[in-house]
Amino acid sequence: MTAQAATARRIALAMGSGRLLLPGLLVLLTVALLVELLLGAVVIPPGRMLELLTGAAPTQREAAVLWQIRLPRGALAIAIGAALGLAGAAQQGLFRNPLADPALIGVSSGAALAAVTAIVLGERIGTWLVFLPAGALVPLFAFGGGLAATLLALRLSRAAGPGGEGTGSLLLAGIAVNAVCAAGTGLLITVSDDRQLRDIIFWTMGSLATGGWYGAAGAGIGAVLALAVLLPAARALDALLLGEQEAAYLGIRVDRLRLMVVIATALAVGATVAAAGVIGFVGLVVPHLVRLIGGPRHGLVLPGAALLGAALLLLSDAASRVLAAPAELPIGLVTSALGGPFFIALLLRRGRGAA
Amino acid sequence: MLRAAIALLLLTVPALAQERLLSLGGAVTETVLALDPGAALVGSDLTSQFPPRAAALPKVGYLRTLGAEGVLSLSPQLVLASADAGPPAALRQIEAAGVRVLSLPEAHTPEAALERVRLVGAALHREAEAQSVAAALRADLAQVQADVAATPGRPKVLFLLSAGPGAPMAAGTGTAADAMVRLAGGINAIEGVRGYRGLSAEAALLAEPDWIVTTSETLRGVGGTDRLLAGPGLAATPAGRARRVAAFDGLYLLGFGPRLAQAQRDLALALHPGATIRPLPARPWAPPS
Repeated sequence: MTAQAATARRIALAMGSGRLLLPGLLVLLTVALLVELLLGAVVIPPGRMLELLTGAAPTQREAAVLWQIRLPRGALAIAIGAALGLAGAAQQGLFRNPLADPALIGVSSGAALAAVTAIVLGERIGTWLVFLPAGALVPLFAFGGGLAATLLALRLSRAAGPGGEGTGSLLLAGIAVNAVCAAGTGLLITVSDDRQLRDIIFWTMGSLATGGWYGAAGAGIGAVLALAVLLPAARALDALLLGEQEAAYLGIRVDRLRLMVVIATALAVGATVAAAGVIGFVGLVVPHLVRLIGGPRHGLVLPGAALLGAALLLLSDAASRVLAAPAELPIGLVTSALGGPFFIALLLRRGRGAA
Repeated sequence: MLRAAIALLLLTVPALAQERLLSLGGAVTETVLALDPGAALVGSDLTSQFPPRAAALPKVGYLRTLGAEGVLSLSPQLVLASADAGPPAALRQIEAAGVRVLSLPEAHTPEAALERVRLVGAALHREAEAQSVAAALRADLAQVQADVAATPGRPKVLFLLSAGPGAPMAAGTGTAADAMVRLAGGINAIEGVRGYRGLSAEAALLAEPDWIVTTSETLRGVGGTDRLLAGPGLAATPAGRARRVAAFDGLYLLGFGPRLAQAQRDLALALHPGATIRPLPARPWAPPS
């Protein structure tokens, strides 16, 4: 038995293993998907929905509501929720800080800056990139911008430390990159006209309405890539809980782990921003919820955060489509309104349990 | 006799079975109701606040952030959409459900208002009404235009879209406010800037406006003329010193809808006190305010 595995087991024993967590979250995700498909401003009774899903011929309106609106939105919500939850969990593990969130290393602000650049200067850029299909410019820019900002933060953190590329200097570099990107975005907003400004607000508030199947596919690829890279790193992240030096003594190559987590996060979050804009809260709070229920073991926290993130976003989207019908609420508003009180309740319960 | 009655019935039934309409955009909704006050509207957007019947319709949210499913839940057969309506993905989803979507031009010109009347008339099969409304609008516009052209001065006008804490947003070129000021015989005090921009105190002083014009919503929001003039630099301008501030309903002044001639006349009266600007004939779609 490796020392690494022993560490992980010790942590798991100390904190409680939460064996039912993942099956429970899978059930929650299934229920959330059903809610997303069944609820909406257009009423389709559950029996009819079952018929439609099992191959009954839909009317044109039912077909549009199911195949153009609810199913792609459901797929998009699952992909984005999973990617954000996963990225948040990995970041909090890497930085050993419960306040870490995917935005910390510049992904979101870099993606936002690039997206706003594409919106404001789009007509001028578009003439060089005529081969791009209409509407693809902003998402592609967002994805590239997120990745570029993260790589810049990584590069800066390496240049900063004397030989050391510690997590602390990465955090500082991330803050600097965030500040510069925010300044650039602010500058572009002051030179934008009111139509562009509305597009920018739409983008920075986040929305699942327009991503469609392409957006869901893009975010889905990002989420699957991140899952493939991060799940095998679960034990290394467990060991990192002891401290960077201690993890190194256990045979973890911390610098390589850091690079892997940061790149995987940037890919996943960049893909979500490209598909649906900036959606906050999920990446920050979902990993906490999972840890409060199932303990800090990353073998549970990573897949748990992916499942819970997907479920939370599905329920939020269903609520955003139903609560103000026939109008829609912004998704970021609903994730916070739904997740916040739940989070507070969990914190209170834990406080009472500990006392 | 009986045969004639049946033929008449057959002819009128399709006209009675009106299409369920949903209109997006304040000026579009106004135009629909000007052509057909009893139009079978099942919903509209948040910018459609006039006439009172439009304000009372179910609202599918803000014009530019529509949700497709909310629109579909009202089961419209025809959606009349301002060119500003969006996002495009939502409009495509609505069309995919078998609903016709007609996009209408949105420009800050009298011609766009007339063209909208014609297109809506064709879509509603009310060509005769469209022709009479367009003729009335054209005549009213020509009358106001002639009177405005005869006014002696060309006052400089600063249009504020918003005010309050921070820099007020002023209308530059290419805006509906800029077009309205010129139609009413004024000069936009903010030149060389496109769109709505934050206005610094010194830029306000440099602009030297003779009049400050804003929307009544903005004036109410900021808490009256005194509060508005307390904004950076405004009190020291010619308009501020003489307290020359005028406010109009936003949709009325900037909508470029069927009430365009009345709005143009009201603004011209405010900017040219004492000038002769003849009253317009009463129009059912533009009740005196």
